[in-house]
Amino acid sequence: MKIPFQLNGEPVVAETTYSMRLLDVVRNEFGLTGTKEGCSEGECGACLVFLDNKLVNSCMVPMSHVVGKKVETIEGFAKSERYQVIEQAFQNHGAVQCGFCIPGMIMAVENLLRTQTVFTEEIIKESMSGNICRCTGYQLIYDAIKTVIQEVVE
Amino acid sequence: MNIHDKINRVDGISKINGSAKYIEDIHLDEVFHARTLRSGIAKGRVKSIDYPVDYEDIIVVDSHDIHKNEVLMITTDMPVFTPSEVTYVGEPLSLILGKDKHRVIEFMNQIKIVYEEDEGIFAMDACTKAEDIFSEYVYEKGNIHELEYDEIFEKVYETGYQEQLYMEKQGMIASYDDHILTIQGSMQCPYYIKNALIHATGLPDHRIRVIQTTTGGAFGGKEEYPSLLACQLAAAAMKVRQTVSLIFDRREDILTTTKRHPSRTTIKSYLKDDKILGMDILYEIDGGSYRGLTDVVLQRGLLTLTGCYKIDHVQVKGKAYRTNNIFSGAFRGFGAPQSMFALEQHMNQLAKKFKEDPISYRRKYFVQQGDLSATSGVFHEKILLNQMADALIRLSEYDDLLAKKEKNMGIGVSFVPHGGGFTGDGEAAHIKAQVKLKKDTLNRVHLLVSTVEMGQGAKTVLSKIVASTLEIPIEQIVYDDPDTFKVPDSGPTVASRTTMVVGGLLYKAALELKPLMNNPAEIVITKNYVHPEEIVWNQKSLKGNAYLAYSWSAVVAVVYVDPITWEIDCQKLYGIYDVGVPVDEKTLLGQVHGGVAQGLGYGMMEKMESEQGILQHNSFSSYAVPVMADMPKMEVDWIFNPYREGPYGAKAAGELTLVGVAPAIAAAVEDATGFDLCRLPIMPEDLVKEAEK
Repeated sequence: MKIPFQLNGEPVVAETTYSMRLLDVVRNEFGLTGTKEGCSEGECGACLVFLDNKLVNSCMVPMSHVVGKKVETIEGFAKSERYQVIEQAFQNHGAVQCGFCIPGMIMAVENLLRTQTVFTEEIIKESMSGNICRCTGYQLIYDAIKTVIQEVVE
Repeated sequence: MNIHDKINRVDGISKINGSAKYIEDIHLDEVFHARTLRSGIAKGRVKSIDYPVDYEDIIVVDSHDIHKNEVLMITTDMPVFTPSEVTYVGEPLSLILGKDKHRVIEFMNQIKIVYEEDEGIFAMDACTKAEDIFSEYVYEKGNIHELEYDEIFEKVYETGYQEQLYMEKQGMIASYDDHILTIQGSMQCPYYIKNALIHATGLPDHRIRVIQTTTGGAFGGKEEYPSLLACQLAAAAMKVRQTVSLIFDRREDILTTTKRHPSRTTIKSYLKDDKILGMDILYEIDGGSYRGLTDVVLQRGLLTLTGCYKIDHVQVKGKAYRTNNIFSGAFRGFGAPQSMFALEQHMNQLAKKFKEDPISYRRKYFVQQGDLSATSGVFHEKILLNQMADALIRLSEYDDLLAKKEKNMGIGVSFVPHGGGFTGDGEAAHIKAQVKLKKDTLNRVHLLVSTVEMGQGAKTVLSKIVASTLEIPIEQIVYDDPDTFKVPDSGPTVASRTTMVVGGLLYKAALELKPLMNNPAEIVITKNYVHPEEIVWNQKSLKGNAYLAYSWSAVVAVVYVDPITWEIDCQKLYGIYDVGVPVDEKTLLGQVHGGVAQGLGYGMMEKMESEQGILQHNSFSSYAVPVMADMPKMEVDWIFNPYREGPYGAKAAGELTLVGVAPAIAAAVEDATGFDLCRLPIMPEDLVKEAEK
């Protein structure tokens, strides 16, 4: 069946089923492979996308919930100015190792900026704890986020 | 550029913006999707497999489709597909191929397997026959048998499984075109795979091509295991003469790939006048049903003993058991996290027994340059353990920590070595690494090595070594993902050998290339590994220099144990590292933090149990690894201790950073609770049990 929605600002129609996962549709139908499958049970955050501006694990979202909605993936967000600030901070701090979790991390950072006004250590760590990284031990990711907050908010 | 320059990762941007292509991201138009049919029992024989009929679009690939049904690892005991004999739950029986994934699953749901089941062996204690033992080693120093001692202090230490949990699952793509077999995938060791393919397919060297794709973490989990997958996929691609893709799903990956070996270590210390005269150590590990790398894991666990300490009389025995549990294998630390936990916890418990400070107590036994190791090899390099202890005391404000320690808080320390490169004469006798540097006519310099980037920073660090030596911008370096058609065998990406050994060879190649950089022609420089003369090893007696050089870590952990829930909060972690000279400090910092996270998981979070050969923790929700909120405040530093053979003085770093963490945390929890804790991971329920004793 045909499911219309908006993908990274463009209207699109997916040839799929209601039960198909949003993750599979963006990856397989639209070739947007920056959204990763890590755990496939909504625990690791590698597949985070924005659905109507709300951060969701796309492995847990069936297409029936996407009809007519706006989906933003890392590929879409990467065109924004704020993405550039986050990319630079992640690069400068050495926050990336194997990289598999990073697009999801970036989406979580953006969500933190969109949803919070106060950025205490606790809020940042809480907000980023839906994303699992097995390489970095998170410290340099945390440091990069602090830099982003300084540049964007303060 | 200069080796002291601060640089960014060379592979950073594409990983941040999502454009990096991991194996699952490679788009293929015409492809067979493969899934693995696996045994549902741990031990027995397959009597029959009834595959459904009327599925013309589905193809079954099994042991009949492979030239030699053996996966070459160190030995060849593992079949590519078992023809009948089943030795663990999840053992591969066949691959099911189809162009429509849903049809493959529908087909698989209708397969009927009849087994003749035997009683399996699931505990090391149940391994009573000779055939249940993979290997046994023993070495001695001094004479443990004729000591005059006052008492024996004996403890038994145990550790459980640990899962690598690389974020990118195992995956490979195979094709067979124009008589060339090509395997692409997520891997650490392109040449291990190539050699396994030569063995299993019977194809000649020049018809097998292995290409690494961007690898989303490995930690040892993609060391030997991918050789099995590659052989299976080779059989499939050669049968259908089309491209075949095999991507694991997460549960399958956790349930059926290698884990860190569970262990038990018994340490008897012979004491006289409160001094340790000698140690008698038995180190045992559960290898699962195939040998894999178990012998080598056992050796590293044994040969890293007696850690940072000079003990004059030592007997060390090791045993690896064959069971019907999941096949254990490589994982960052490779046998040392288990034996070093035992040794360090033993040292802590001795310090506690003698009411001494754990750092001061250790200082009495620190090895020094010129001393003999437990394997009677001379420590040739400078050892700075006392300086490291001083630096750790300063960094952690140790005296202040002790003075201000509140109720339910605990402080623990660890000191561990980690040998760089392969054990003993492995680099010279087995690996024989070769590297090449090619300067092309555009003056770009190509690093031709089989070393893979898997997140650890190999591309950045090795490029930096060459660019610094040639004094050219790093942008002039080309380091593509290894392709065995293009790069020589510089050995596997394991054993903390990348910077120290491969980087060392590249450094020497760059020195030779440097005066030729103005020559307009294409120039190729080749360097082969040369074993340092003073490193002498006897593999039969396990005597001599077990490693080329040691790196060292000193760690303090501070924990708070909730007196009601018994939850452990590791609040602070301080570390001092001797890795020679860091080639790239930002990369090293990432390695240290990442090692801390995995060590913390190993120490107090990552519980994985097996019942009747079936792992009970098989998903991200049941197997908890640290998230950002679980991490302690980390303060780390390093001391410079240049290693003569290493590039710019660098030694090993990758594995060391994990090894000392769990012991320090365990010691801290012991300090907070007063319990004797001898098993990892330490979970709140274990503390509840201790409290009820």
